[in-house]
Amino acid sequence: MENEIFQLQYALDTFYFLICGALVMWMAAGFTMLEAGLVRSKNTTEILTKNVALYAIACIMYMLCGYAIMYPELGSSLLAGITADGVTGADEPATYAPSADFFFQVVFVATAMSIVSGAVAERMKLWAFLAFAVVMTGFIYPMEGNWTWGGESVFGLYTLGDLGFSDFAGSGIVHLAGASAALAGVLLVGARKGKYGADGSIKAIPGANLPMATLGTFILWMGWFGFNGGSVLATASVESANAVAVVFMNTNAAAAGGLIAALITARAIFGKADLTMALNGALAGLVAITAGPDTPTPLLATLFGAAGGVLVVFSILTLDKLKIDDPVGAISVHGVVGLFGLLIVPVTNADVSFSGQIIGALTIFGWVFGTSLIVFGIIKAVMGIRVTEEEEYAGIDLSECGMEAYPEFVSN
Amino acid sequence: MKLVTAIVKPFKLDDVREALSEIGVQGITVTEVKGFGRQKGHTELYRGAEYVVDFLPKVKIEVAVSTAMLDQTIEAIIKAANTGKIGDGKVFVSSLEQVIRIRTGETGEEAI
Repeated sequence: MENEIFQLQYALDTFYFLICGALVMWMAAGFTMLEAGLVRSKNTTEILTKNVALYAIACIMYMLCGYAIMYPELGSSLLAGITADGVTGADEPATYAPSADFFFQVVFVATAMSIVSGAVAERMKLWAFLAFAVVMTGFIYPMEGNWTWGGESVFGLYTLGDLGFSDFAGSGIVHLAGASAALAGVLLVGARKGKYGADGSIKAIPGANLPMATLGTFILWMGWFGFNGGSVLATASVESANAVAVVFMNTNAAAAGGLIAALITARAIFGKADLTMALNGALAGLVAITAGPDTPTPLLATLFGAAGGVLVVFSILTLDKLKIDDPVGAISVHGVVGLFGLLIVPVTNADVSFSGQIIGALTIFGWVFGTSLIVFGIIKAVMGIRVTEEEEYAGIDLSECGMEAYPEFVSN
Repeated sequence: MKLVTAIVKPFKLDDVREALSEIGVQGITVTEVKGFGRQKGHTELYRGAEYVVDFLPKVKIEVAVSTAMLDQTIEAIIKAANTGKIGDGKVFVSSLEQVIRIRTGETGEEAI
């Protein structure tokens, strides 16, 4: 009887894990639509290509070496032994299949990489970006993942878990990490032509398709239930089922709070309801709650999300003033608010310390930003990372992919 | 015969078309155009940054009428397209030397 109940638990937890992983995979579609909506139509095919290719690269690199670097005790390279069950011969019997764990982890790598593509959109070379994706998903992300979720020490110096660091579903490990790489890329590739005037003025470059950006945001919102909800890692007990339900509820609440707060903030500052800011606000709310969706009350989750929504609007305006050109606001949404998300965890979770969160954030940022700067720098020296001015004017759909997204329209 | 060319605000097109039908105008030609007059362009905000819209969308309506119909045609257009605000547009009148209906070969006022 006990064995039968365990079998049922194993089946249910594995099934839940896989469904959540599939939801997170769908976030790749959300990022793709969001980015395709916020770039100009002449750069649509290229951003779509980057997104589908980076997803596939993340899956292959994480299988080849990423998972083994991140969780040395769980997987060896090429995932030898992953097809065994999680109970027989395991040191700590898990309630889900090891391959389900890999599947759930691999879609997170792709999420981190997706953050980069939007920030460097409309001017970075396709193949330079994909070369970076190989290193990011195969090495840079797995290393910091090893220090955090992997529980290993940072180069033998200190262990984040012992310092009171906690990041439930990855405000820092996934979102801040992705944004750190994005910042390195943006600094090296430079602003889009025409974004900043010679006199220091900031010019708007409106996105081509706001229905697409809105659909992308809703897809991300939905996928986030898998992202945060799946990070409970189990659902087949009263305790874990309650935790899953709380996480779903708070994740949704934070997104709603973020959207409304950003919409009102944008209306107050600009005099008009800027949809793109509202969309960024929903995502900011989601990023803000991701580090600790299990402990706040629903009201507090809404307020945390709302704070993220206000923060993201000011962050986007500040980055623009600093001439850091981020077409989709990825650095603000995932980086600035990701950091904020880490810092608010101790408010509702007594096991987590502010100092631990700060050291964790600095570790993630320092590692990912530093290594990304080096890797992008090497790629820049070897093959160049930016398209020519003429190609940028004509649109990189033609120079990089040889096809337009909307060939029946004739306009720039 | 006269050719009346009116530039009006796009949202007034239906009103103008109805007003012209009421006075018995048989056909008009409509073109979506862009331009500026005293209204000039305007600036919009996108994610906090300004962008300038230099040319505003307008609708150009062309009507060929007999000289006898001219005054009431102009009056119908002006009445229907007037909002009292800047950017209402203009009406240009020019003489029309010849009109030919392609199907029948009729010419002059018969062809209007």
